[in-house]
Amino acid sequence: MNKELTKHFAQGHSSCAGCGFPAAVRTILGEAKTPIVVANATGCLEVTSTIYPYSAWKVPYIHSAFENAAATISGVERAYKALYRKGKIKGRIKFIVFGGDGGTYDIGLQSLSGALERGHDFVYVCYDNGGYMNTGNQRSSATPYGAATETTPAGKESFGKMETRKNLMEIVNAHRVAYAAQANVAYLQDLKKKAKKALETEGPSFLNVFSPCQNNWKFPTSQYVNVAKLATETNFWPLYEISAIGGSAYGGENGKYKITHEPSQPKPIAEFLKTQGRFKHLFNEKNNPVIDRIQKMVNEEFARIVSLTGE
Amino acid sequence: MEEGAIIKHNIKKAPKTGEWRYMKPEVDKEKCIGCSTCVPFCPEAAIDMKHETRDMKQKNKKPKADIDYEYCKGCGVCAEVCPVKAIVMRKK
Repeated sequence: MNKELTKHFAQGHSSCAGCGFPAAVRTILGEAKTPIVVANATGCLEVTSTIYPYSAWKVPYIHSAFENAAATISGVERAYKALYRKGKIKGRIKFIVFGGDGGTYDIGLQSLSGALERGHDFVYVCYDNGGYMNTGNQRSSATPYGAATETTPAGKESFGKMETRKNLMEIVNAHRVAYAAQANVAYLQDLKKKAKKALETEGPSFLNVFSPCQNNWKFPTSQYVNVAKLATETNFWPLYEISAIGGSAYGGENGKYKITHEPSQPKPIAEFLKTQGRFKHLFNEKNNPVIDRIQKMVNEEFARIVSLTGE
Repeated sequence: MEEGAIIKHNIKKAPKTGEWRYMKPEVDKEKCIGCSTCVPFCPEAAIDMKHETRDMKQKNKKPKADIDYEYCKGCGVCAEVCPVKAIVMRKK
């Protein structure tokens, strides 16, 4: 057992074999230089790491409900600040929230917005696996266009999810937080740097981490790194960071975008889609226009981010 | 607060997730170049870089990947990311 990696988040959790998020969680927690407190929204990470009577968390950890992880950490952070002022706690403590896309894009969105606006000193980490994987793959607002899920099945009348993904990075950016970044579990060095910056930021910061789900995206258990890599190589999941007023990424410049890893020759989106069973129906001849549409969306979104970097 | 509401981490209570495994990763210590690429990608953090014998340490050889089978779920990610294919998945 790797002692260094299991310092905060231990082995013995029950996530599926070949799941993406444990590596992301460990990498982010590994960058903490101060004591940390973790809050967790309901989701795969929460149910698999805290099966009674065991808890895989070696750090103080709190879970209360699906929709209020950010509100929960707000309370914990304010209590800490009050005790610190009274001299009952010494030293800096950093607060981290982990939520899946269900608990962040959908159910926890308003509590996230509230906590970002109030300016609590915390890092919100969303591990995005594009759906409610814990309950059997229902669609969320992070599910990609064209994906077949339990609630958007592909068939004669449907090609899977017919709505586009919500752009959470832009919603978070609308709060003008000091630091927000999009990362990918296949690029751990990049994730490390972003986690460090987020943890060093005073006030709220946000990380959106791409985290494949082997069970419901339907690919072999050994493939999460390859699938996640293809997401960035096809520009489906660009790696970038945004720093707003007082941002740490640029030493305080206003709202700047920076792409941290750009594929020299982006691969066609079909390369990413064909690795997963949830997109299998798109390779039917009648669904070919859907792939073209996804390609167009990916190109447009990437061009938009590039234009915002000012390069 | 009522004490029963809080659970402390206790590794003795951890489920032995190695029981899930139906494919077993085996490290070819001759082939392994000790790059530790597999280490952070392992979802269970079950891989350590270890010197097999004290002799190896004295000869200043690089430590090699060593898998904790008590918790390894046998997903095969390590075999997939290994740049020299030194980890092979075998039926148990």
